Amino acid sequence: MDLASAKVIGAGLAAIGTGIASVGVGFVFGSFLQGALRNPGAADGQQGRLFIGFAAAELLGLIAFAVAMIILYGFNG
Amino acid sequence: MAAKSVIDPMHQFQIDGLSGALTGSPFTFTNSALWMLFVLACLTLFMWGGMKRELVPGRWQVAVEGFVEFISGMTLTSIGPEGRKYTPWIFTLFIFIIFSNYLSLLPTGVIPGGHPFAVTAQFTVTGLMAVISFSIVLVVGFWKHKLHFFSLFVPHGTPKPMVPLIALIEFISFMVRPFSLALRLFVAMIAGHILFEVFGNFVVEGINSGTAMGYAIALISFVFVLGVNAIELLVCAIQAYVFALLSSLYINDAVNLH
Repeated sequence: MDLASAKVIGAGLAAIGTGIASVGVGFVFGSFLQGALRNPGAADGQQGRLFIGFAAAELLGLIAFAVAMIILYGFNG
Repeated sequence: MAAKSVIDPMHQFQIDGLSGALTGSPFTFTNSALWMLFVLACLTLFMWGGMKRELVPGRWQVAVEGFVEFISGMTLTSIGPEGRKYTPWIFTLFIFIIFSNYLSLLPTGVIPGGHPFAVTAQFTVTGLMAVISFSIVLVVGFWKHKLHFFSLFVPHGTPKPMVPLIALIEFISFMVRPFSLALRLFVAMIAGHILFEVFGNFVVEGINSGTAMGYAIALISFVFVLGVNAIELLVCAIQAYVFALLSSLYINDAVNLH
């Protein structure tokens, strides 16, 4: 396998990470809704924590994207 | 690879000197600096229009006050009564990020040479903002608590044998903070703009090909670009919010030591 095709395959594999991170983001918002619908009075006070969880889950997907971009454009070979 | 020479999604992030190459003087006026000045002009206009301090506020003043109250509420809830001191910095971060995020989506590209520049898709810009936030945390922490600040790395109620391990993990997570803060905004913006570029190119190439298949691909790509645009409108606001929220939470660690 030459380097060009290996790069594209590697970037595609790295893109799996973004999909898995989307599961995480969905889980964060889903769990928040579960809690918020049971106790709507307390939901507004927890929005900051909701976005912290969202940011933490999203960051890992974004890192996977950054890895894919580094593989594709980061080095010439 | 043939397709790579046609679609070059990274070209839009290239920083060029407006009057010649970037080599030579480090103080070249660049397209990035020009776009930041444009953001600053829009920002100044927006704030200036709402700071007339009328007794009965008009729409504009209500909009500006909404921004200010949103951020001051955020700092007061996450830092406490002392958060008022840090409101100006958090507000500066928030309003600069949200303005440059939204202005980078402007369709000014229809004017020749008027392409918007995504300032927050440069790691130097987001990295600088994150490093300043991190420095505020360090300076305030050591100023207020002296060497007691290191107790940040050992949460309350940690069992004795676990202290070295927990302290190491907490230290690493503390040192990674500025990188994660900067990387999140930078990658979120760069990802959106790359998607615009790539799928916008698919639309143009599909129409230029003149075949039925090309038209179908162009239509699908166009609908997809519309969807990405809608998501990007949301992401721009969320990333600005998250950056400001996490900065104020990190400052909270330094002020109150959890």
